[in-house]
Amino acid sequence: MTLPASNMDFPILSVLIFSPLAAAAVAAMIRNENILRWWTLAFTTAAAAFSLLLWQRFDATTAAFQFAEQAAWIPSLKINYAVGIDGISLLLVLLTTLVMPLCVLCSWRYITARVKEFMVCLLVMETAMIGVFCALDFILFFVFWEAMLIPMALLIGIWGGPRKIYAAMKFFIYTMTGSVLLLVAIIALYLKVGSFSIPDMMGRNYPADFQCWIFLAFFISFAIKVPMFPFHTWLPAAHVEAPTAGSVLLASVLLKMGTYGFLRFSLPITPHATHVFTPYILWLSVAAIIYGGLTALAQTDLKKLVAYSSVSHMGFATFGIFALNANGIEGATLVMVNHGVTTGALFIAVGIIYERLHTRDLGQTAGMGKFMPVFAGLLGVFCLSSLAFPGTNSFIGEFLVLAGGFKVSKLMVICAVPGVVIAAAYMLRMLQKVAYGHVDNPDHSRLADLSFREVVTLVPLLIFVFWIGLHPQPFLHVMHASVQHLLEQANAPLAATAVALR
Amino acid sequence: MAFLPELVLLAGALGLFVVCLGDHGARRARMTALAVSVATMIACAFCLGQEAVLFDGAYRVDLFSQILKLVFAFGYTLVVLLSGGLDDIREDVKPEYHLFLALSVCGLVLLVSCVDIITLVVALELSSFPLYLLVAMRREREDRRSQMESAIKYMMFGIAANGIMLFGMSYLFGLTGTTSLPVMVEKLRPILHTPLVIAGIAITCCGLLFKLAVFPFHFWTPDVYQGASNETAGVIASLSKIGAVAVLVRFISLASPDSRSLVILLTLLAAVSMFYGNLIALMQKDLKRLLGFSGIAHAGYALVGFVALDNAGYTAALYYIVGYLFMVLACFVVICKVSCDGDNVAMDELAGLHRRSPLLALTLVVGIFSLAGVPPFVGFMGKLTLLSAALAKGHLFLVIVTVVNTAIAIYYYLCIIREACFRDASQRPAIALDGSTRALCVLLMAGILALGVLPARVLDGVSASLTSLNPPVATKAAQR
Repeated sequence: MTLPASNMDFPILSVLIFSPLAAAAVAAMIRNENILRWWTLAFTTAAAAFSLLLWQRFDATTAAFQFAEQAAWIPSLKINYAVGIDGISLLLVLLTTLVMPLCVLCSWRYITARVKEFMVCLLVMETAMIGVFCALDFILFFVFWEAMLIPMALLIGIWGGPRKIYAAMKFFIYTMTGSVLLLVAIIALYLKVGSFSIPDMMGRNYPADFQCWIFLAFFISFAIKVPMFPFHTWLPAAHVEAPTAGSVLLASVLLKMGTYGFLRFSLPITPHATHVFTPYILWLSVAAIIYGGLTALAQTDLKKLVAYSSVSHMGFATFGIFALNANGIEGATLVMVNHGVTTGALFIAVGIIYERLHTRDLGQTAGMGKFMPVFAGLLGVFCLSSLAFPGTNSFIGEFLVLAGGFKVSKLMVICAVPGVVIAAAYMLRMLQKVAYGHVDNPDHSRLADLSFREVVTLVPLLIFVFWIGLHPQPFLHVMHASVQHLLEQANAPLAATAVALR
Repeated sequence: MAFLPELVLLAGALGLFVVCLGDHGARRARMTALAVSVATMIACAFCLGQEAVLFDGAYRVDLFSQILKLVFAFGYTLVVLLSGGLDDIREDVKPEYHLFLALSVCGLVLLVSCVDIITLVVALELSSFPLYLLVAMRREREDRRSQMESAIKYMMFGIAANGIMLFGMSYLFGLTGTTSLPVMVEKLRPILHTPLVIAGIAITCCGLLFKLAVFPFHFWTPDVYQGASNETAGVIASLSKIGAVAVLVRFISLASPDSRSLVILLTLLAAVSMFYGNLIALMQKDLKRLLGFSGIAHAGYALVGFVALDNAGYTAALYYIVGYLFMVLACFVVICKVSCDGDNVAMDELAGLHRRSPLLALTLVVGIFSLAGVPPFVGFMGKLTLLSAALAKGHLFLVIVTVVNTAIAIYYYLCIIREACFRDASQRPAIALDGSTRALCVLLMAGILALGVLPARVLDGVSASLTSLNPPVATKAAQR
């Protein structure tokens, strides 16, 4: 299949994907640590600004892949270098480029050892992350998908906390084991289709049992990445031990790859199997929402609390996706973006606390908000956003997901709704402790409030909290056509079955 | 002219012999070896497109053999760079070490051109015997003579395997009345499905599976890796395996296009090798032993390509084993440099490598992740081509076994990374690297990355050379 002509006469996606690698090569040659930090910050900011061109030139009226590029890569295996984005991947690419400079900023003082290697790892991560969201060739996708594990494991294993080795090994083994079957599925699809092109693989009527096997292979890989309920155990370990920037990248971008995988591959390539497995996955999502929330409620480690809240939020995302209607999927995509913004911000906030107190224990941090009013205010907003307070971004996303779910099964939605209440409980508990604390608070009176750098780190995310919360239309508009097309692919050949399932 | 690489190498070996006659020739021998390896590489590159049949049809120079000769010459250069100080070789035999190494490479270079089973056996012996000696040349330690044990073991197994191979060849000769492989192919085709032919081919392959260290011919591997000096183990692990795969291609293609029993046999061997190698590697503490067991598993991966019994599969196997040369040498560079005084390296001696020598740590990370099959390195591309070839022929079971094994192997590879990158050991001294080691590290990493990211030309070249080797049979083309 030939991809449509690009919106630009300039290979913008390739530049976005590979320029971080070039920047990493430059960074490897810089000796001075401060210059290194400024260079990485300048580059990632420039990349973020540059990626806004995508937003500006994106044509939201079509579901076709845009800014597409294609070139032969390994002709004997019919592997091409093919990239392009639609409305869904556009948002995730922009999220990635937005988060990157913040990761550099939040590591400014936190990372003091081996700064060069750290920045190189971050930049290599950026290449791999953008590559995953842009790839339109399955092998290209898989290369980025797996290659990302190396810098991420190094980020956790070298700059992480006390149990970093355990966390890095668990993260790597879990995710890589999950994706070995994905590779078999990719090859099996290739042998059916005759090419590795992702658009070529969509919309074909594969035999039912073949679809089910492929779907299961996809599912294991993506469910581990999301992570969905029974596969989530690597997440708290990785989040807790990773340095702040690593946690932010994990939460904001890496978790999205699982849900993105469902949207990009499972639904359009194996629509029949999707309908077969939907009820089970919906129940798993409900379980994740409740389980993640309840576990978060019991945590005293701030990072663990936020990590388990991620499990709960990603449960909403998978719930929306497998609701298989426009509200659900648009809501799920928005939840993905929101979670990237809000949870990223919460991890940065926890990092700020840790830099000052060298502890993340809820009891030890109690009451610090009294002496850090700016911080307490920002933390409050992000906590409210995380519990889906009306007027903030998460409210829109979760509302749409639940609205979509309502059309599928009232029972499931009723089971999921307590998740929102639990979210309010654990977030307000954290906010109340950190901001006000108790009469027997530890003495925090010498703590300095946020520095200019830290404010700059959090403000962009704050803007997005209210922008999406109060005026989500641009974000929904940009993905609308793509979601409609996706739904046609997922539902069209099986309209009858879909009706029966309701 | 077509014989130029061999001539250069033989002349070089003679030159090395002369160097051996003088005193204190270690440094001179190394320089000579380096010059010989580079000259051979140039000669191979020069002769790349040539075709010729020499010595009454016993020796054929074609694209297939020339590509592999280039690989051997390049690998030889890498190995010479690797064996810089030869810390663990007895002082008085260092020049001889280089002589025997050159002879072994010479055997390998001859091996890939042989199309007559007599010359083939001679070349195989020429490549093997010097290796037995190299193993024994390790310095003796107090109350430990493990190098002798290893050398004897290696030689016994090697000679036994050769005997079995000759036995198999006697069947093939008896059935066809010829020693020439091209003639044999023609004569075997009508009787391909008789048990005797299958037995003959299978037994013949045993000798090669020994060199490749496939289960159940693997017993020597861990002991020899452990007993031989680090540099020697690097040679045994890399170069001789390429030779084995190349000759295996010639023999297995005797059974093409289709032989059910051979496929079952190869499937079984591949699956057992992978499980055996990977599961036992999980328990290893000595780095060379670990690589030995992982080598058994990788031999199993390479066999996955042979199971397909077509050119796509052979291409994949050759590509994979060439990539393996780079990956495993990358690991051996690190072993050679980390070891103090040429001793064996335990896993925990790697601790803090990322502080002691960042370049070595990076080399190790690239090599190990490539062995584990993580993109964008050659290990991943190789597995992809192997799995595609096998799955195209419907070997789903074997493919699943392979990926399950990939998953198992991740653990022990990651343990190496854990020691090298995640642990800190401030008391261990920094490692100083000389220029040739730095160059070697960069070359190996570049090779691993380039073969992994831009494999198109290599794959096309190997595939084209195989087409000239055994043109696809018409019926098979019709099946497609």
